[in-house]
Amino acid sequence: MIGLGHFLVLGALLFCIGLYGALTKRNAVAVLMSIELMLNAVNINLVAFSRYLTPDYIAGQVFAVFTIIVAAAEVAVGLAIVIAIYRDRLSVELDDFDWLKW
Amino acid sequence: MSDAVFTVAFYVFSAVTVLAALGVVLKKNLVHSALLLILAFVGVAGIYVLLQADFIAAVQILVYAGAVAILVAFGVMLTKRGDIRESNLANRQKWPALFVVAGVFAVIYALLGQTNWGPLAAAGPEDSVGILATLMLTDFVVPFETAAILLTVAMLGAIVIAKEVKNSK
Amino acid sequence: MLQQYAGIGAMLIIAIVFPIIVIAISSIVRPKKAAKYKYETYECGLETQGETWVQFKTNYFMYALVFVAFDVETVFLYPWAVKFMSLGTFAFIEMFIFIAILVIGFWYAWKEGALEWN
Repeated sequence: MIGLGHFLVLGALLFCIGLYGALTKRNAVAVLMSIELMLNAVNINLVAFSRYLTPDYIAGQVFAVFTIIVAAAEVAVGLAIVIAIYRDRLSVELDDFDWLKW
Repeated sequence: MSDAVFTVAFYVFSAVTVLAALGVVLKKNLVHSALLLILAFVGVAGIYVLLQADFIAAVQILVYAGAVAILVAFGVMLTKRGDIRESNLANRQKWPALFVVAGVFAVIYALLGQTNWGPLAAAGPEDSVGILATLMLTDFVVPFETAAILLTVAMLGAIVIAKEVKNSK
Repeated sequence: MLQQYAGIGAMLIIAIVFPIIVIAISSIVRPKKAAKYKYETYECGLETQGETWVQFKTNYFMYALVFVAFDVETVFLYPWAVKFMSLGTFAFIEMFIFIAILVIGFWYAWKEGALEWN
């Protein structure tokens, strides 16, 4: 019988995969994709909690909708920044984005 | 739906999601990563259906597998440089990152086992769209309007940042 | 409620199994003669020159941005439309403000020339 724990473990797995990608990828677009995976893991947790703990007052699903909105806004602005930097530096390697360092 | 079908469906969708996510992270070709990302989003939508959140599942397909995937695809095509087959490599932090990620997962897993969640509901919401609409337009009015402002600001900011520099008039 | 998804599940299985069967049959039946011209891009016409991975114009991204904003707007419009009759005037005003804010953003994007192709 599949219960709350199974969904939470799935969320944890997805979050950890996304975290690994966000830590190790060189390409800025790939890091953004990994962050999307992490946000999806959080959404699975929110929806699973609202399904199993508060099925009558599904605030978790409302949170999930807002998370999706924020994720869409985040990826739009993030990719715009990546494109702007690419135009300047002709690179999307995160190791090259170091000109705030002295 | 019987328990067996539910169990099988859960494991199928979980396997699709996790394997696609692993592909996103481990594939060397960024285009493959972007396509596998869409598959991972669709798998998560299946998980939402199993959690009786139909509307969230539809939103997942519409926004993530539709809009965000298009944005990511354009991001890939706009920033291409060099060989596409070697466009998504890992940096030097591979092993430390693996260590950190394993630690995070171990902590989450241990805490999941210990926590007492209290009584679990047997059945989920029947009419999730209706409840969602009522909640969103009564209890969550301020976040609702703020979401509109956030969207507008994000759209405008992204346009201003990504636009070619205009010639001064 | 989950029973209603049985049809989608059956469709999904058929949609996965059917192409596998067709591709398997065609790989059994088809002739397997290797020829040099079979592996060229076009049978006739000019050969392609240079890289096929070229950089796209930024304008595509602008359209995608505006599309995403209004795609997300539908997410809010749909549940409001489902519950329109029972929610009443207050919800109508809320939605009016919501759309007004997004239209301001759209107007600015238009003014900034994000929708122009140049």
